[in-house]
Parts: sequence; structure tokens; C-alpha cells
Amino acid sequence: MSELSVNHLLGIKYLKESDIQLIFETADHFKEVINRSIKKVPSLRDITIANIFFENSTRTKLSFELAEKRLSADVLNFSASQSSVKKGETLIDTVNNILSMKVDMVVMRHPNPGAGIFLAKHVKASIINAGDGAHEHPTQALLDSYSIREKLGDVVGKNVVIVGDILHSRVALSNIFALKLQGANVKVCGPKTLMPKYIESLGVGVEMDLRRALEWCDVANMLRIQNERLDISYFPTTREYTQQFGVNKKLLDSLDKEIVIMHPGPINRGVEITSDVADSKQSIILNQVENGVAVRMAVIYLLASKIK
Amino acid sequence: MGQKVLLSKKEINIILHRLACQLLENHEDFKNTVLIGIQPRGIYVAQRLTKILLEEYKVKHIDLGFLDITFYRDDFRRGEKTLEATKTKINFLVEDKKVVLIDDVLYTGRSINAALTALQSFGRPKEVELLTLIDRRFSRHLPIQPNYRGRQVDAIDNEKVKVMWEENDGEDIIYLINR
Repeated sequence: MSELSVNHLLGIKYLKESDIQLIFETADHFKEVINRSIKKVPSLRDITIANIFFENSTRTKLSFELAEKRLSADVLNFSASQSSVKKGETLIDTVNNILSMKVDMVVMRHPNPGAGIFLAKHVKASIINAGDGAHEHPTQALLDSYSIREKLGDVVGKNVVIVGDILHSRVALSNIFALKLQGANVKVCGPKTLMPKYIESLGVGVEMDLRRALEWCDVANMLRIQNERLDISYFPTTREYTQQFGVNKKLLDSLDKEIVIMHPGPINRGVEITSDVADSKQSIILNQVENGVAVRMAVIYLLASKIK
Repeated sequence: MGQKVLLSKKEINIILHRLACQLLENHEDFKNTVLIGIQPRGIYVAQRLTKILLEEYKVKHIDLGFLDITFYRDDFRRGEKTLEATKTKINFLVEDKKVVLIDDVLYTGRSINAALTALQSFGRPKEVELLTLIDRRFSRHLPIQPNYRGRQVDAIDNEKVKVMWEENDGEDIIYLINR
């Protein structure tokens, strides 16, 4: 199989296992490219991509922009805070106006779940979801799995625990879909109040005790508390959260095996993980960022090749 | 679909030895020369030539690389299928080196054009030469000609030259296939 089964990347839910493998194999080649002294290839010189961000982002936006530029695409950047959206324009109008400037692909982050799916139905362009509310963040999940594959050789059969604010995290949901699709075992760990009601229906285990979760896993993906999405108080204090669900060096060293620590960023140092864990040898946080560019190049390249 | 044998194992072997001698004549000890096989099929020719030069003609050392040109091709989005990449493996800089690009069949010249662009990512070579096992005459889309050629053939557009190697396809043989 040499082609993606989809024309948009709206969520991991819509991908097949073979799509993920194709993305990873393509990303391997791009990883070699971005480690050359000249890091650019001319593949997408006739493609224009608009990055439309209705929500704040640093890592994802920079990573997408860099991936697009390394593929020689023309790039338009748009953030909603400085645009006509403030003047009352609808999403479809905004995007159609951008598309009438002959844009082929849209990378969009939006606070509403399903915004990308809605857009894909109504506009004629290839859409990449860069995060839609608490729904999905597919490229993050892909780069997380890619990083696990790079570090441990394979994803299938590995035990992965996702720790933190599962309820509000699009990274958690996309990761669960991606890991399950590739045959990994997944558990989630966090305060009961931040656990979605039907989480077990996704085929993941729930573990309330952090130590037990860490003893079980090969990889721990630590998530940030999504303070901007917390409408009510879900736990008494940040300090109490850290005591129960924060990973520190002492806890890590007391385990009888060396587990891999991941974090999608941004890190709240001292809350979900301490600095000495984030900067330890077991942490692959910065590898995740590097792999993000290669994986996004692969996704963009494979989707762009389907634009006729 | 008919096919005829263009070159047998014995003929291929003789041609490879002649090409190796020609390279030797121009590049002597290969101190300032690198060989680069173009992926996916040029690497077999490059590997065979390197083996002959090292083992039979006692060249001390040859830098051999493999170059994938997928991301540099000019037909991205123009065909039905997604272009699939293969591995690039060049562990040296080509800056100021003499580069010999090696491919199995030279047809339109577009692959070589892409390879020349791709090569720029690895430095500015002193000069670039082209070696091709089969040169399909009168079918070029671009002004590109080989410096070393194994065999020149006249093939019409609906014919295909298929080069097979023992290490990949089970035997050394070259067919001309009528599609």
C-alpha cells in the first residue's frame, strides 16, 4: 500500500493501521532529510498551505510551519486573534476566503470539537486537524507513537500509560486510538474527576494509583492539566494533584525497570513532572519535538500527493 | 506481452568490467571520486562496480552512496499514485569531489535531472559524471547524456527495459519487454 486511505487527516479514528505504517515509513525518509546540512526538498513547490489557528499554539504551529517550508510549500499563517473572525465572520466564510486565494491545504486548530470534520464537508481543500477542542490531535499522537517506535523498536505489545487530565485532553484520545490501532496496551491514570465516564469502552484500563501504573508500563505519557478548559474545580489543589499524580525522580528510581517518559508539551515543571525527570536520560520529550517535524512532513507529503 | 533477452549474465559481466576499467582510467585511485547509485535500481549497478573495483582491480577505498530522488521528482501529483520513497544513504559530503551518478537505465533523463537537484543537498561537487548500464537512444526529454554507457538500445515507447540482478531478482539478465 502506497497511498493513504483518507484525503484529510481529521483524527486517528479515521485511519487504518496501514496508513500509520505508511506515515512512519515516509517520516523515516524525512528524518534523514532534516538531519542533512541542507534540510529542504522541493516536492511541494506548487502547493500552498494555510495554517489557521483559532487557539494558541507554539510547538504545533512552528512544527507545521517548518515541515511545510522544508517541503518547499508556500505558507500562509493566520491567527484568529488578529483577524476578521473577531468582526463576526463565520468559519466557512473565513476559510473560503482564504481558499479563493488558491490555497490547497488547510492546517487548522480550533476550540470546538469536530471543527475540522465540519470544514472538510464544506470546503474544497485537504484539511489537517491540528487539534479540535477536547476531541483529537492526530499529528501529536502520530509523533508520540513514532517516538515510541524509534526508542523501543516497536509499538505493538508495549504497555503505555497516559497520566493526567484525560477528560479534557485531545492528545489522550488520539493517543488511545493510535496505540490501540497498533496493538499496544493502554492504561489511563489520573484523578477520578478527570476520567471520562465511558473511557473503558475504548478498550483501555483505568488505574488510579500512579505507582502501580508506572510499575506496569514501558512508557508513561505525562499530560498537562488543561487549566484553560477546567470550568469547575476538579481537584482540591495543584499541590495535592502533584503529590498523587506527579512523577519525580525518587519515584522513577524506585521502579525496578527503566521506563520511557514522554510529554506532549507545554510542561508545567513541578506539577505533572519535576525538572529532573523532564531532563533525565529516560525522557524523550525533545526527541518528540524533532520527530514532530518529520512526521508532519510525511502527513503533508502524503495528503498533498492526493490533491489533483 | 512478449519479451526478449537483451543481455545475458555473461554479457552483463563483460560490460561491467569494461565500465569499471573506464572508471579506473579516469579516476585512478578514487581518492577524490565518489560513486552514487540512484535508488531504487541504480544501487545494484553501483554495488557491482564497486565490488569489481575493490576486489579485482585492487582499489584501496571507494566512497559509495545511495541517493533517493523521490522528493525531487518533477512528476509529484501528476501520476495516479503517491510516489514512494526509498532510503538515501550518503555518509560523506560531495563538496569538491568528482561524483559519478550511476543508474541502470537512462530513458527520458528526468530521473537524472532530479538526481542532480538532490545532489545539491550534499554539497557542491567539483564535477558530475553519469554512468548508465542501458542507454535508450532517441527518447530523451532533456539534454542529458551519459559519460559511460554499457549498451545503447533503440526501444520504442511501449517497450520496457527490465534489468534484473541475482541479489534481488534471482538472476543477472536484461529483458526488452513489449507492453
